[in-house]
Amino acid sequence: MTEPGDQLHIVTNDDIPARRRTLGRALIWGSAGLLLVVATLQTLDRTGALPIGLANWRPTLYAYVLWAICLCWGQVLIRGEQGKRVLFVLPAVLFVISLVVFPLVFGLAIAFSDWNLSSPDGRRFNGLDNIRQMWGDPFYWNALANMLRYLSVILVEYAIAFGLALLLNAQIVARKFFRVAFLLPLMLSPVAVSWMIGKSMLEPRFGPLARLARALGWENPSFFESPEMARIVIMALDAWTFIPFMMIMILAGLQAIPRDLQEAARVDGAGPWRGFWEVTFPLMLPVSITAILIRIIFKLKLADIIINVTSGGPGGATDSVTSFIFREYRDRSNVGYGTMLAMVYLVLIVIFMTVVMKLADRWMQPRY
Amino acid sequence: MNEQIFHDAPDDRPQHLGWYASRLAIYAMLAVWTVICLFPIYWTITTSFKMAPDVMKGNMVPWVDFQPKWLGWRSLGLSPDTIGTESTVRAEFLLRFTNSAVISLSSSVLAVVLGSLAAYGLSRFSYRFDRMRNGDISFFFLSQMILPPVVLALPFLVLYRELALLDTRIGLILIYTLTVLPIVIWIMRDQFAGIPTELEEAALVDGLSIWGAFATIVLPIALPGMVAAFILSLVLTWNEYFFAALLTSTHANTLPVMVASQTGSQGISWWSMAALSAAAILPLIVIGVVLERYIIKGMAAGAVK
Repeated sequence: MTEPGDQLHIVTNDDIPARRRTLGRALIWGSAGLLLVVATLQTLDRTGALPIGLANWRPTLYAYVLWAICLCWGQVLIRGEQGKRVLFVLPAVLFVISLVVFPLVFGLAIAFSDWNLSSPDGRRFNGLDNIRQMWGDPFYWNALANMLRYLSVILVEYAIAFGLALLLNAQIVARKFFRVAFLLPLMLSPVAVSWMIGKSMLEPRFGPLARLARALGWENPSFFESPEMARIVIMALDAWTFIPFMMIMILAGLQAIPRDLQEAARVDGAGPWRGFWEVTFPLMLPVSITAILIRIIFKLKLADIIINVTSGGPGGATDSVTSFIFREYRDRSNVGYGTMLAMVYLVLIVIFMTVVMKLADRWMQPRY
Repeated sequence: MNEQIFHDAPDDRPQHLGWYASRLAIYAMLAVWTVICLFPIYWTITTSFKMAPDVMKGNMVPWVDFQPKWLGWRSLGLSPDTIGTESTVRAEFLLRFTNSAVISLSSSVLAVVLGSLAAYGLSRFSYRFDRMRNGDISFFFLSQMILPPVVLALPFLVLYRELALLDTRIGLILIYTLTVLPIVIWIMRDQFAGIPTELEEAALVDGLSIWGAFATIVLPIALPGMVAAFILSLVLTWNEYFFAALLTSTHANTLPVMVASQTGSQGISWWSMAALSAAAILPLIVIGVVLERYIIKGMAAGAVK
């Protein structure tokens, strides 16, 4: 990515009166002070040193929101035109920081504790116990291994999506109809999909797909008894909803390739097969890699379908990390262990994605 | 008899045959995939009009195999004969539907507003927060995309409990906005980068402020992109299940949670589940059919530079 300077050159002669500056500073620091006072009072209340009887942390939240607004407003007061520019980005930055960074730090604190939400004891720091428990938890390792299995299917999904995009890019009538039809699975909620297909169409006795399987000679079609079959079904369901996503991105890439290139290849004597592998495919490499990266990101969040179709079964064989943590929380309502598992997962994902993106960067470089 | 005067040269004929064969193959593959995409939807909608024996026998075609009945929709209180009467099921369904609509619409609006502003700022000005420059800020936003929801889920559960935001619409709106914000920024950054800065410069020379130029000149041009980002966020938030299942219990449940809670119960009544699923997916099918080109535009935005 290139580092853009100011794309929009504006010369402003800001002469901001000293009183306005002072007012701005007063706003920011005043509201910060208020936030501090409220937070301290609440902490005291919580620890029992100064019982005021506040039911929840809402007052602190309101003080925080007030401070955030004053911070934005103060920027304009203090820095004038420059402040107005900051105002474009500042709200989003504040929003993300308060909803991601703060919970993450808080989550780290939870991760090293034993905290059962339904018991009155509250949080108990237990050091590295959660890590030790995780180390010996075969279900978690199994879920991680499953994630690798699920990720490997992306290549198949990519091949199908590429094929469909090529079909849609061919000279066909009713292209719009086919495009809409192919797009629809993406619009459906995974929960509805898991009922529609997972529970209803795959019903072993009278689901249409079970009938089809019987007609094709499978005596007793059961889709969720053996771990392998259950995994394949989950993969297929997930692929069904997300293939349109990759297909659309690849189609957009195909349409951006000038037709002349294909024609030039044809004039040079390349058949369709060589024309594809030596012209289209290399040109599509950047788009393909972007599509696959985004698909990996979405795949790492896979949970809804598993929770609703198999709830991890048979025997945890289909669990993804997310669905496993979800079940772990549902069954034991222990937030400490679940958070630790999630944190470890996050670290693994960050490492994995860094490696993948480095590799992708190298592949995207044109080779001569 | 019309005698054909001009013939293809004999050499060309097999090629013609090959052309027809390839046409046939293309349309066959298109047809197969269309069936794969549409059959589950067709199955769900028809099942919602079936009676128990029709389901057992696997009848497929209405009016030929079976006589459509309003059974499934009656159990939701949405069939013609029950629509006028009181119905607790319908009340619950409508409440969940409203929840879903309110939450997904407001979080999409919020995400598009915050995300567009940030994307515009990042595409036009250079910032320096401490050592963070534009590239770092963009990366900070986009890196949120790889953050799996499960990492935030349990801390949010605890925080929301302390803040009394558990089982409220506001709580879900905030977290949904967070999940779609990186995608909005990703799409909008491209949109704004495609708008020449000369337009704003002209407006600024004419005496508009930065925000005035943004609102009157840039926004109308970027509107299709914003609609695309909005629709995409709407789809993602309407379908979200994981956070909704964890953070709501009785008041703020969304439709996916309602659908999921029905599947768990024993003795599923096929027609009513089918009706419920159909009702849950119908709004998005309509959006998908009507606004298809915006969705495609949104998803294609980041792919092709």
